[in-house]
Amino acid sequence: MQIIESAKTYDVAIVGSGAGGGMATKILSEAGFDVAVLEAGPHFDPAKDEDRTQLRWPWESPRRGASSDRRSFGDFDAAYGGWNIEGEPFTNGQGTDFRWFRSRMLGGRTNHWGRISLRFGPLDFKRKSIDGLGDNWPIGYDDVKPYYDKVDKLIGVFGSRENLHNEPDGFFLPPPKPRLHELYYVKGARKAGIPVIPSRLSILTKRINNQRGSCFYCGQCNRACSAYADFSSGTCLIFPAQRNGGKVEILTNAMVREVTTNKEGKATGVNYINKLDRKEYHLKARVVVMAASACSTARILLNSKSSIHQNGLGNSSGLVGHYLHDSTGASRSAFIPQLMDRKIYNEDGVGGMHVYTPWWLNDKKLDFPRGYHIEVWGGMGMPGYGFGFNPNDLNKITGGTIGGYGDSLRDDVKRYYGAVLGVSGRGESVPQRDNYCEIDNNVVDEWGIPVLKFHYKWTEHEVKQAKHMQDTFEQVLEAAGGILLGSKPGADRQYGLTKPGEIIHEVGTTRMGDDKRESVTNKYNQLHDCENVFVMDAGPFVSQADKNPTWTILALAWRASDYLVEQVKQRNI
Amino acid sequence: MDRRDSLKSLLVGSVAGGLLVTGCAPGEKPEETAKTPELPGYGRNEKEKEHDRKVLAEVFLNEHELETVAVLCDIILPANANFGSASDAGVVEFIEFIVKDMPHHQLPIRGGIAWLDSYSNKLYNAEFKKLTEEQQKSICDQIAYPGKTAPELLPGERFFTRMRNLTLTGYFTSEMGIKDLGYKGNTPGVWDGVPADVLAEHDVDYEPEWLAKCVDQSKRTAIAEWDDEGNLIT
Repeated sequence: MQIIESAKTYDVAIVGSGAGGGMATKILSEAGFDVAVLEAGPHFDPAKDEDRTQLRWPWESPRRGASSDRRSFGDFDAAYGGWNIEGEPFTNGQGTDFRWFRSRMLGGRTNHWGRISLRFGPLDFKRKSIDGLGDNWPIGYDDVKPYYDKVDKLIGVFGSRENLHNEPDGFFLPPPKPRLHELYYVKGARKAGIPVIPSRLSILTKRINNQRGSCFYCGQCNRACSAYADFSSGTCLIFPAQRNGGKVEILTNAMVREVTTNKEGKATGVNYINKLDRKEYHLKARVVVMAASACSTARILLNSKSSIHQNGLGNSSGLVGHYLHDSTGASRSAFIPQLMDRKIYNEDGVGGMHVYTPWWLNDKKLDFPRGYHIEVWGGMGMPGYGFGFNPNDLNKITGGTIGGYGDSLRDDVKRYYGAVLGVSGRGESVPQRDNYCEIDNNVVDEWGIPVLKFHYKWTEHEVKQAKHMQDTFEQVLEAAGGILLGSKPGADRQYGLTKPGEIIHEVGTTRMGDDKRESVTNKYNQLHDCENVFVMDAGPFVSQADKNPTWTILALAWRASDYLVEQVKQRNI
Repeated sequence: MDRRDSLKSLLVGSVAGGLLVTGCAPGEKPEETAKTPELPGYGRNEKEKEHDRKVLAEVFLNEHELETVAVLCDIILPANANFGSASDAGVVEFIEFIVKDMPHHQLPIRGGIAWLDSYSNKLYNAEFKKLTEEQQKSICDQIAYPGKTAPELLPGERFFTRMRNLTLTGYFTSEMGIKDLGYKGNTPGVWDGVPADVLAEHDVDYEPEWLAKCVDQSKRTAIAEWDDEGNLIT
């Protein structure tokens, strides 16, 4: 089969349309570059009725919004795909149970994410200096701060100025008032001596321009916003880039196989399969930006072998795929008797929590390194598949019949509606060289591309951190007046620690550094081995703080794009 | 269209759900069955549309099974003065679809119905759906209360628990059930805090310093501007 050549040569080929790819698209097209964006899934625009899931009712779905292999987070979640993608498998090495969430669509996973938009703080870039583990980033907070500021203003994030050293303030929109269950959390946190502050989410509580609306409080950011009042890459970066008159060509259903290079080792473009006609194409470009997500980028680079790049592109260090790490996670919930038989009113609020607890023990000597933040959930949400299961289990606590049938079940459901308060920890793990993904040469996907195989084990650091989370959860939930639900997970269950990959913060596969033997990209996200290839997803993260990665992906992609423009101007690329 | 006819219509791989929910008044001709089963759009991509079409065209539960499901659903959630029963809310159609969409329900439900009929035959020499309401309830009483079930009836308890779960979730995700629950959201609005009368009933309150940080909803449409320090000035 012959590879079909693109007629023209683009200035930049951007692989992936999520946070990093979207930012690169906007900055590079506005700098005058002729840009092609390759996305492995279809087009998606939440403002179009055929794509819209926002404001739909559960009965509009025959499975009442339940999750499926086609949409792991349920029918109304905006992310196509999820834990499994038909025809595109991955494998795990012995003893590994890595989970990999992929979303094939314009905007990728930014369409459904939690919008928790936390800057890394000064300590987060230099953890090795504090605990001696892992490595420091080659850059610090001051290098990234100007870009965090610009991202805040361009995209919008609500929050409050708190003057906490490692939780830097930004250019915030005002936060929404807490909901009732969140006031119970605040009460519990105050009693337990744990800080709690307004959350920081990229949702517009005020307008930031005339192209995007402000939040109308349906609580459904995971469904993607038809008013563009929350951040997703398509609505906030790629569509505006197109509207600004830039030269932006979007190629959807374009599954990139490899970056092509010439005999000097420089990138010449990418080979991709058009999923609609199943034919292979070569798109020529002067610069390639990889933003396919940390693991997909590693896969493409490792599959891009040539006489010069024999171990795969950018892999002279042998580190592509290594230092893969995800956030830790653990959860607990409690029944709040005072919230029984609540008055019912619309408390949808924004999609996600209105309050949270940032990590508060940086100065304490603990038996594990690094920390976690606490997210809060509960309230009178819209029913979906699963609502009403075991309707009167809480009668075990309050007394009364378990099970049964008849009209009384209605009363059971109503009595306990909105009476549960839950908390989840999201923490920082210590990156390990031996946690990695590699090419599995025994398995190809339906496009003929060799797939990834994962090798990942948590260390005692993460397990001990999860134990600390569980102890804290008990303390704060009981202080909130709650009766703990379920049993406390013990050592046998690693204290409820989530599986690696499950928090969907996988980063580190092309980490940045000054030493090319110990890193894949330089501090501007540029491959050490190939100056006209940049990685602008979370691959270059040296360490993933307890902060969600998106805001840092965006800031670093903007910074790297500025550098790329400068390098082209100076004819260094 | 009576229940028997409408259940039959589910079996010909028709517009599952749609036909029954729309229903038709006595004397009216039943609506024509669509040739290709199709649902109204709810934000599906191409693969999902294909999947839905395939599932809609399948048949799993037979007429007897669907009739038994209908009887059970309405024992589990009968009508009351204000709202209809589970089957009035479309729960039978929901279960008919969901067992096809989630194959893990198929064996437990088919086997559960068979178990129930077998037990009914043993006690009353008739299938469950043909028993008197009193007889049906006397069987339900033996399998509806986890923790109190005789060991040899545990298969019945498992089945009944599954049916109760599917009935309640089907009901409370229906238009009728959401109204019954009283859920008030899923509509554009402005969240401006917990209503004062609700706050008064709880021993929690807003802290004045916290409230001072929160959004002034009268300025929500004013475009945000900041000073150099990041203080909002609009």
